[in-house]
Amino acid sequence: MSGHVTEIVVFAVLFLVVSGMGFVAARWRRPDNLASLDEWGLGGRKFGSWVTWFLVGGDLYTAYTFVAVPALLFGAGATGFFALPYTIVTYPLVFLLLVRLWSVAHVHGMVTPADFVRARFGSPTLALLIAITGLVATMPYIALQLVGIEAVLKTMGVTGDLPLIIAFAILAAYTYQSGLRAPALIAFVKDSLIYLVILVAVFYIPTRLGGWSSIFDAAQAKFAATPAPGDGTLLNPNNQLQYVTLALGSAMALFLYPHSVTGVLAARNRGVIKRNMSALPAYSLLLGLIALLGYMAIAAGIKPITANGKADVNTIVPQLFDKMFPDWFAGVTYAAIGIGALVPAAIMSIAAANLFTRNIYKEYIKRDATDAQEAAVSKIASLVVKVGAVLVILLIDPQFSIDLQLIGGVIILQTLPSVALGLYTRWFHRGGLIAGWVAGMAAGMLMLYSISNPATKHAHFGGSAYPLANLGLDTKMTVYAGFLALLVNVLVAVGGTLIARAANLADGPDATKPSEYYADEGDPRVHEVELTGSH
Amino acid sequence: MTTPPSDQRPVRGDRSPWNWLLLVPIVIPLIPALYNADEPRLFGFPLFYWLQLAFIILGVSATTIVYQTGKRRDRR
Repeated sequence: MSGHVTEIVVFAVLFLVVSGMGFVAARWRRPDNLASLDEWGLGGRKFGSWVTWFLVGGDLYTAYTFVAVPALLFGAGATGFFALPYTIVTYPLVFLLLVRLWSVAHVHGMVTPADFVRARFGSPTLALLIAITGLVATMPYIALQLVGIEAVLKTMGVTGDLPLIIAFAILAAYTYQSGLRAPALIAFVKDSLIYLVILVAVFYIPTRLGGWSSIFDAAQAKFAATPAPGDGTLLNPNNQLQYVTLALGSAMALFLYPHSVTGVLAARNRGVIKRNMSALPAYSLLLGLIALLGYMAIAAGIKPITANGKADVNTIVPQLFDKMFPDWFAGVTYAAIGIGALVPAAIMSIAAANLFTRNIYKEYIKRDATDAQEAAVSKIASLVVKVGAVLVILLIDPQFSIDLQLIGGVIILQTLPSVALGLYTRWFHRGGLIAGWVAGMAAGMLMLYSISNPATKHAHFGGSAYPLANLGLDTKMTVYAGFLALLVNVLVAVGGTLIARAANLADGPDATKPSEYYADEGDPRVHEVELTGSH
Repeated sequence: MTTPPSDQRPVRGDRSPWNWLLLVPIVIPLIPALYNADEPRLFGFPLFYWLQLAFIILGVSATTIVYQTGKRRDRR
């Protein structure tokens, strides 16, 4: 530990400064009253282009991404680079969708994706399924943010659970007090630090390693020497379909996550969202460069830290920084990763808390809850969610969270027909959507369960690449399991809808009107529609 | 509560032929045949890496054009 004193001091100071900002955030653009979900959970729905850019960027590109994506390239090479096409494809894909969601949510005062489904299809059951899916997919994601902090602490030689618990307790306290304003304000610091670190890293580290050519050559040499058939700095015929479907599937899943929706709904108007669809790819550039840190680690001869006989490949990036940078700057990079975990963890816990409050508490426990009661319940729920995340990491193997997060991507995709297609069409019958959800979930789980991974000694849930040979096809190609599960989902939803129509089953009432999908800031309808009117 | 005003305003809509442009940055990055090669290298980066990084420009251009043309239409 003694060799890391400078790093620890720099890390601790930056961490504390940011925590202070989190508490002060409650006074930022202070409303008369924080006691409503619009204020606590959506920051007053007034964020402009810059704040939204930092907030959504800080929300989507998490600490775990910064640690895990380079680790993927370090371990397997080109297949890990799917994260780049994924984040390029996602913005044009959701461009038109998100403005529709923003408009209809603004008119009806919706806070969560399940709120929309509830109003659109008039089905509390379907809305509950969507809410539960969101909760289950978000929880392990929050826990994973801790893995990011843990990797940094390990590299600094800080052991024991106490530092992690303290970090999360501080986070929980200021999220409780300031709501979405806290991560929005902290995101400025987090993203500035990350941009600084990465720019320095991509210009400075290659000069120490003999230039980019030799970095890529070192990676090539490493993969050529391993017996594994799937690795390499290029794709092979068998993993190209997996690469493409994983990128597309992840792109479709990204804005179905409740925390992404929270960031979008907090925007001031439609223009803010559209401008951000052009500006957010700046983070994709960052992500692409960060991914290549994995190859730099190979060229620099970094070995993952081994604990209890298991190599923790997530430590390669912090270790690379430790080896390449002077102590004080290594401290800055660790703070960037650590603070990088706080922003998404805060937004995710707020999103999960809002789901619980709006779609479980208000729907099933207390239908006449006031705005103030909703905010109070959400604040407590956000605490419960974070305690749960810490317990999962401390009591269960962190690998469990990583597996769960893998599952999370597959299951959140199953909300696509109700949420994303629902924004465009009311053709689907609520019964068909429920049947499709069940079928997609079952198919996804079965496929994930059957995927083994010899490298991590997993008999089940060993990854998301499903061998097409399992379907009886004579090929070594693999495909993203979530993508297949979504296909099953849509097919069953279409079939179920046709059956429901043929059987004359009653359709749920649609509380939304076509023109509401174009409403913008200042629309007279926005504040006149009573929230409960949609129920 | 006040009843919501009925839908008398004309529906403006988001429809525009320019929207088709969004398909370009969705489809191109998903065709590995375009970039799955080592040569030609650029600044030492294999094609696989620099070309995919360059696709970011496609995405930014398409969303910017669709936004700007939509804004002009709204003003009219």
